[in-house]
Amino acid sequence: MAQEKAVEKKSAAGSRYTKAAKLYFKENLGIILALLVLCVFLAVNPLTNTSFLTQKNVFNVLRQISTNLYLACGMTMVIILGGIDLSVGSIIALSGCVAAGCVSRYNLPLGVALICGVLIGLIVGMFNGWVIAKTTIPPFIVTLATMNIAKGLAYVYTGGSPVRVVTKEWQFVGAGYIGPVPTPVVILVIVLIVTAIIMNKTKLGRHMYAVGGNAQAAEFSGISVAKVKFLVHTYSGIMAGLAGIVLASRMYSGQPTAGDGAEMDAIAAVVVGGTSMAGGSGKIGGTIIGGLIIGVLNNGLNLMNVNSFWQYVVKGCVILLAVYVDYVRNKKSKL
Amino acid sequence: MAKVLLEMKNITKTFPGVKALDNVNLKVEEGEIHALVGENGAGKSTLMNVLSGIYPYGTYEGDIIYDGEICKFDKIKDSEEKGIVIIHQELALIPYMTIGENMFLGNERGHKYALDWNETYGKADELLRTVGLKESSRTLIKDIGTGKQQLVEIAKALAKKVRLLILDEPTSSLNETDSQALLDLMLQFKKEGMTSIIISHKLNEVSYVADKITVIRDGSTIETMDKKTDEITEDRIIKGMVGRDLTDRFPKRKDVKIGDVLMEVKDWNVYHPLYTERKVVDNVSMNVRRGEVVGISGLMGAGRTELAMSIFGKSYGTNISGQLFINGKEVHLHNVKEAIDNKLAYVTEDRKGNGLILSNPIKINTTMANLAAVSSHTVIDKDKEYAVAVEYKEKLKTKCPTVEQNVGNLSGGNQQKVLLAKWMFADPDVLILDEPTRGIDVGAKYEIYCIINQLVAEGKSVIMISSELPEVLGMCDRIYVMNEGRMVGELDREEASQEVIMSHILKSSNKGA
Repeated sequence: MAQEKAVEKKSAAGSRYTKAAKLYFKENLGIILALLVLCVFLAVNPLTNTSFLTQKNVFNVLRQISTNLYLACGMTMVIILGGIDLSVGSIIALSGCVAAGCVSRYNLPLGVALICGVLIGLIVGMFNGWVIAKTTIPPFIVTLATMNIAKGLAYVYTGGSPVRVVTKEWQFVGAGYIGPVPTPVVILVIVLIVTAIIMNKTKLGRHMYAVGGNAQAAEFSGISVAKVKFLVHTYSGIMAGLAGIVLASRMYSGQPTAGDGAEMDAIAAVVVGGTSMAGGSGKIGGTIIGGLIIGVLNNGLNLMNVNSFWQYVVKGCVILLAVYVDYVRNKKSKL
Repeated sequence: MAKVLLEMKNITKTFPGVKALDNVNLKVEEGEIHALVGENGAGKSTLMNVLSGIYPYGTYEGDIIYDGEICKFDKIKDSEEKGIVIIHQELALIPYMTIGENMFLGNERGHKYALDWNETYGKADELLRTVGLKESSRTLIKDIGTGKQQLVEIAKALAKKVRLLILDEPTSSLNETDSQALLDLMLQFKKEGMTSIIISHKLNEVSYVADKITVIRDGSTIETMDKKTDEITEDRIIKGMVGRDLTDRFPKRKDVKIGDVLMEVKDWNVYHPLYTERKVVDNVSMNVRRGEVVGISGLMGAGRTELAMSIFGKSYGTNISGQLFINGKEVHLHNVKEAIDNKLAYVTEDRKGNGLILSNPIKINTTMANLAAVSSHTVIDKDKEYAVAVEYKEKLKTKCPTVEQNVGNLSGGNQQKVLLAKWMFADPDVLILDEPTRGIDVGAKYEIYCIINQLVAEGKSVIMISSELPEVLGMCDRIYVMNEGRMVGELDREEASQEVIMSHILKSSNKGA
């Protein structure tokens, strides 16, 4: 009897990965199809068929979406908690400026500068998390406030003009390559793996879903809701700090206008990826597809030379459509 | 012979894979109170949803004959126009709106666009008086208790010119006084010629108000009993509901040795978290021994839940004072985590609100209070978690296809079992069960009682808070009686009876007044 169970358990573990893969496709079928349709369209379209599927362009797309996906990793967690983090865009500006300033103004080594940039994100994130955990002020309001504070500080620090960095090493993080792969993409892979592990394998991950699903029940199960909120917002801040230094590196400068509206793209990626704004459910796997859809779309529209004003309209429509398809599928599965 | 107001003939309703109703027949005469009883999931609510048009005509088989004609309702509005109004178990009132606004929601007074507030509130006040409420209709819903909210729902139904009133578990969240008031109101309406259908788990209430009782089991009608011609006993109803004789509603405990005092509370005081000058628990002392089931009886609002939650890591109240001893040693618990670490468990009365995460599967809920036991360092071992969930599912006989199922899709009784599993897995020594059988059916209740017996047989202690006196009397070795925040009595099993407990409560209330 016990042996039978052990055998059962083993085979269950073996097939779990194929099972998980199947489940992944089933859960995200709508958006995976949308992404495929988009890619096929761009691959056969006469305007883009020569440029879209080149190695250069693929890496280009991946590089472009990487900063958005760093943000989206933190944002997925925050939204699963039932909250939102509006401050990430401004953190990009502040951390980029400070990191650039460390090199050009104080002549600090590159590594220290980068760490300082990420630290800025960590501090703002910790502040968000601390206020949200200790009070009942809605995350929307708290992060709206820190969004303005961080943006303001970036302007104050720079006096409104970019902080230029002319050293060559500076570009490595944002515009360099490791082997044939752009550095931001390598960082992205690491970030995604870390995020996926935290969310799916650890107690913190489980606690996140519990707090988002029913905070009271979580509290009554001995979970420290305040601690979970604090850690998740801190993580989101770190991700934004990371995005900040990568962007500043790519632009050879820390700019107070960097990251304007980036929080909205991150939220879009998360929501298109099937995470519920009500909290309690969502997967990082969905967010990846969501980020890819938005990235490929941006790229495709550029390759097709669509007027940049119209690009906003198209992007909005696609977001709405993707979420609508998801809604229809969910409704069907409930009946 | 009264006229038949409603006849539901051979109703069959199929959901994908399940036959929820199978040739159900129901005949309700004008001016009677008809009770519909059955276990959870027997199909009572489905039947009422068919009647009210929530499941539109065409999605079921059979006929609804109301007032002499065949009805084909497409939506709730159609059935309401005919005077059929359902009051659901979960109240559908909006907390931040006034009583009056709620009462005429979707049925607004006034002209096409402009609302007539004078008429709204005037009419609302009038209807409130008929259901025996003295509140102004301008009071916000959130400011009145559940019992009164239930009466507002009834007034709301009256505003729709109701002829057939259907009440789904109307007293499940009410205390005894409010329940009694509600039942008397039903009898008064009956005198005025209204017809009602009441769905209830509480058999004493059913036999108190109902003229006829229809028993449903597994989607089919078992029998209809008439108070005038049949002799109705609770045993007979129970037999019909569960399909077997329940000779004893409370399982016997076999030779459980009652040991030393495991947990003791001395001079415990708790103040209300918002109105900090109000004392909700007043100088309470109590203890529980190893292997013992101790009941805390009392009316709703007596401070029992507040006592339990304040002991459980100060999860309720402010300014808590007093001493707590576990195994003879004094402990100071500052939060739930410490309470769990000291082997306490509090199984909440509000399983949907603060017990379970409905949108998550059974396995995740089962391990939630003791994740450390299925993880090494901080990483969760999902195979182990799955095995644990299956083990507890089998141990507690939870009815579900797999432990991957979301808890929200389970019936009340099975949700309660998952909640119990969650706390049993936390491996406590003392379990405080707050209304462990509220809103669940007779069969599931029996199983929960068996689980309680099993727990004390393993040497654990159980404190059972319950508003149902028969349950307290049937299950507990010792019974504390609480009223208005104070302990007003401690009774042994032998000396306890419903009368003794009630007299303790009443006497102490008089003293207080």
